[in-house]
Amino acid sequence: MLGFIGSRLLQAIPVLLVVGFIAFALFNFVGDPVNILLGQDHTEAQRLALIKQLGFDKPFIVQYGRFLWASLHGNFGISYRLAQPVSSLIAERLPATLELAITASVLAFAIGVPMGVYTGIHRNTLVSRLFMTGSLIGVSLPTFLLGILLILVFSVWLGWLPSFGRGTVEHVGDWWTTGFTSWSGIRSLILPAITLGMFQMTLLMRLVRAEMLEVLRTDYIRFARARGLTNRAINFGHALKNTLVPVITIIGLQFGGIVGFSLVTETVFQWPGMGLLLVQSVAVVDIPVMSAYLMLIALVFVLINLVVDLLYYAVDPRLRVRR
Amino acid sequence: MMLARAWDSDLAYNFRQSKVAMLSALVALILVVAAAFAPLLAPHNPMDVASLSLMDSFKPPIGMPDADWSNLLGTDNQGRDVLSAIMYGMRISLMVGLLSVLFAIVVGVTAGLLAGYAGGFVDALLMRIADVQLTFPSILTALLVDGVITAVLPRTMREGLQIYVIVFAIGISIWPNFARTVRGSTLVERNKDYVMAARIIGVPSWRIMLSHVLPNVTGPVMVIGTLNLGLAIIAEATLSFLGVGLPPTQPSLGTLIRFGDDFLFSGQWWVSVFPGVTLILMVLAINLLGDWLRDALNPRLR
Amino acid sequence: MALLDVQDLTVEFPTRRGILRALDSISFSIDTGEILGVVGESGAGKSLTGAAIVGLLERPGRIAGGEIKLDGKRIDNLAPEQLRRIRGRRIGMIFQDPLTTLNPLYTIGRQLTETMQTHARLSDAEAKRKAIGWLDRVGIPAAAQRIDAYPHEFSGGQRQRVVIALALCAEPALVIADEPTTALDVSIQAQIITLLKDLTRDHGTAVMLVTHDMGVIAETADRVAVMYAGRIAEIGPVAAVIGQPAHPYTNGLMASIPSLEHRVDRLHQIDGAMPRLDAIPTGCRFHPRCPRVFARCSEEQPELLSAGATSAACWLHAHD
Repeated sequence: MLGFIGSRLLQAIPVLLVVGFIAFALFNFVGDPVNILLGQDHTEAQRLALIKQLGFDKPFIVQYGRFLWASLHGNFGISYRLAQPVSSLIAERLPATLELAITASVLAFAIGVPMGVYTGIHRNTLVSRLFMTGSLIGVSLPTFLLGILLILVFSVWLGWLPSFGRGTVEHVGDWWTTGFTSWSGIRSLILPAITLGMFQMTLLMRLVRAEMLEVLRTDYIRFARARGLTNRAINFGHALKNTLVPVITIIGLQFGGIVGFSLVTETVFQWPGMGLLLVQSVAVVDIPVMSAYLMLIALVFVLINLVVDLLYYAVDPRLRVRR
Repeated sequence: MMLARAWDSDLAYNFRQSKVAMLSALVALILVVAAAFAPLLAPHNPMDVASLSLMDSFKPPIGMPDADWSNLLGTDNQGRDVLSAIMYGMRISLMVGLLSVLFAIVVGVTAGLLAGYAGGFVDALLMRIADVQLTFPSILTALLVDGVITAVLPRTMREGLQIYVIVFAIGISIWPNFARTVRGSTLVERNKDYVMAARIIGVPSWRIMLSHVLPNVTGPVMVIGTLNLGLAIIAEATLSFLGVGLPPTQPSLGTLIRFGDDFLFSGQWWVSVFPGVTLILMVLAINLLGDWLRDALNPRLR
Repeated sequence: MALLDVQDLTVEFPTRRGILRALDSISFSIDTGEILGVVGESGAGKSLTGAAIVGLLERPGRIAGGEIKLDGKRIDNLAPEQLRRIRGRRIGMIFQDPLTTLNPLYTIGRQLTETMQTHARLSDAEAKRKAIGWLDRVGIPAAAQRIDAYPHEFSGGQRQRVVIALALCAEPALVIADEPTTALDVSIQAQIITLLKDLTRDHGTAVMLVTHDMGVIAETADRVAVMYAGRIAEIGPVAAVIGQPAHPYTNGLMASIPSLEHRVDRLHQIDGAMPRLDAIPTGCRFHPRCPRVFARCSEEQPELLSAGATSAACWLHAHD
């Protein structure tokens, strides 16, 4: 099994290198960092000094190497827009995004999977049809629109929930901030979490349903019925277990969706997270932030894929054959 | 005669049976016609600055007090008629969506054909690229591509080219969806006897791919295309909403929603909501059609 | 009184092109402890009969007429929950493909104990003990260790043995074996059939053995029913049906089997093919291919008529 992990990590390295390269290329060839950092009016001497300081005069490979080395140490340069080290910006924003993403994922899973199971088992009831129609609308609804509509109903018309920001946050440990400890923090989390989780939830529901339907048609389920096993044992024992195996991979891969849509959700709700940071950075072409984001995301994906592979290994006994 | 045969075919029968499919086709048709003929059908021209008057601003939609029949869905802060803006906006949204999907189809189908037919290194490379890209959310890809290209272009060219940049960005983010399926079909066809026979005779590879493999792929490509059209439209709307999409002189539905977002709290909800509802309807209709198409073409479910 | 009594069973499939009748008014019975073979070509309706008996017809198929009685009581009109209790406990089933019949994610021990505990109150320890006993009885070596193994860790033949154990572990009175050896190597087939025969004889279990392999029937069954296009063509004791077939179709089948003793230049075959369900001939379904056809055959559909030791649905044996 260690060999398995090792080989997956090895496969991940080229991916990370390529992404790093793209990030680096962005860094160096788009826009003129010297101009941006020094402002429009600067002397030739200042320019040369900065170039030397930032190492822009060294050969390409050396710059690439230094870039990678710096990144490994968490040094991503300085934001053009905010003149702050990118790493400290990330440290500020990451907890916000993570808390939002985790809450949204938990929500999506806790509602999506049971709904998927239900609509898979009871195919043609009214409730099922309602869920399916709802899910279809959910998939057709752009995230930002959902956010706006939620704000309209719950903030503007009903005034129940806040429409922007994180509420009161508390510092925990070195750099983490959490919104879970205050009532206003939790209230601020509700609408964004629903918005972020909705797409994931509808996707999960449809996926689980489709898998359930497939599984319920297999020979071994038929045999289970032929043996007189109860519906409960068949649906929630045999069928569910077999359904969850492929669903688990998809959940891991869907993390990509969460990251993508967090961009939008954070913008709609002015949530001070990584997503909002990126959107603001792209608008002004703040390269250091963009390339740092890229590398971070790549790393996260590699990790997620690894975890999913491990999960697969743990759940499906067929993969454990070592002959 | 051909129309009669088409009407009688399995696909058409399936269509006639499904009320949902017919309804969504109807809705889609209405929206498309409204969009295509916006300049003729729209009650007002929201682009024509001269016709706007601040006196007309913020009129509410029909049903609320102070409403006016010449502005069925109300007006925005500059007096532009919301209904007309929606019709023009749909035009842009649909156009960008269609172009993006077409671009993605061209790139994806070519890549898929190449990968499936050539095999070996080409196949591995192309699919690895597709895989890596698939793990990244398409919005992120589109956002980054859009941002980078916009930064690289000189400012003067930006406005005119923006629409192509968006099409490119969205197309790039969704081509893998087509490539994988086309590759699969190509692999299946490649090993069939008639292809091997053609190769022995000496028919050049590209011809085999075009005349034999391609027709077999049209079905799945159509299904994926329809489903991705909805995705593309949403992607464009999202990008416009985030502010990195189309310039304000050619507002799409997403841009309109963005405009209206500012007025939510002051009570003029209609500026955002109506474009939003239109967007939902359009994508919903397209998705329903795509779903129906997929089920209809799926041999296993027949 | 027969253990299983099927009367005029009709199974239909409503489709876009109209209603297809897959089984048309078939009748037969199985006595306690007896082995009834059911042979026929693919598509004749053999598997459907088994599925209909236990209420496992796939949608949109449904029972459109007739009665199925187990121990004198009707089971075709039972509520789903009552039907479930019969499955496994009183009627067991063995399916064809051991590769797909076992859930790959559960150990075979779990699958066995689950089945037994569904139908009888057993403690976990007792159930496990009995499961090991069953594995032993079906010939799985080192049963106590293998009880916690997964299906993919067994060979095809062994998996089918496990399937047999699963079908019998709740001790049903009747087992429907649907082509139990078709997916197996020829060398394994004999072993499995012998196993089935021994186990059922020991427990007094009746068997409905569905197959297209006449050799298996000859070796194993007491009686045999020959099916054709959704009807029973002939039914009777094995020796009689094989030795003196009364129905021209059965005759054709027997003649098609190559003999080890005589050399022939050409293998015998029955001209034509079994009709599709949407193109059933009028009158006797076999008449377009029958070498002994006459006028009445195309007009009226024959019921099972007594023909010496067997019963055959053929007008040749009409006694009026």
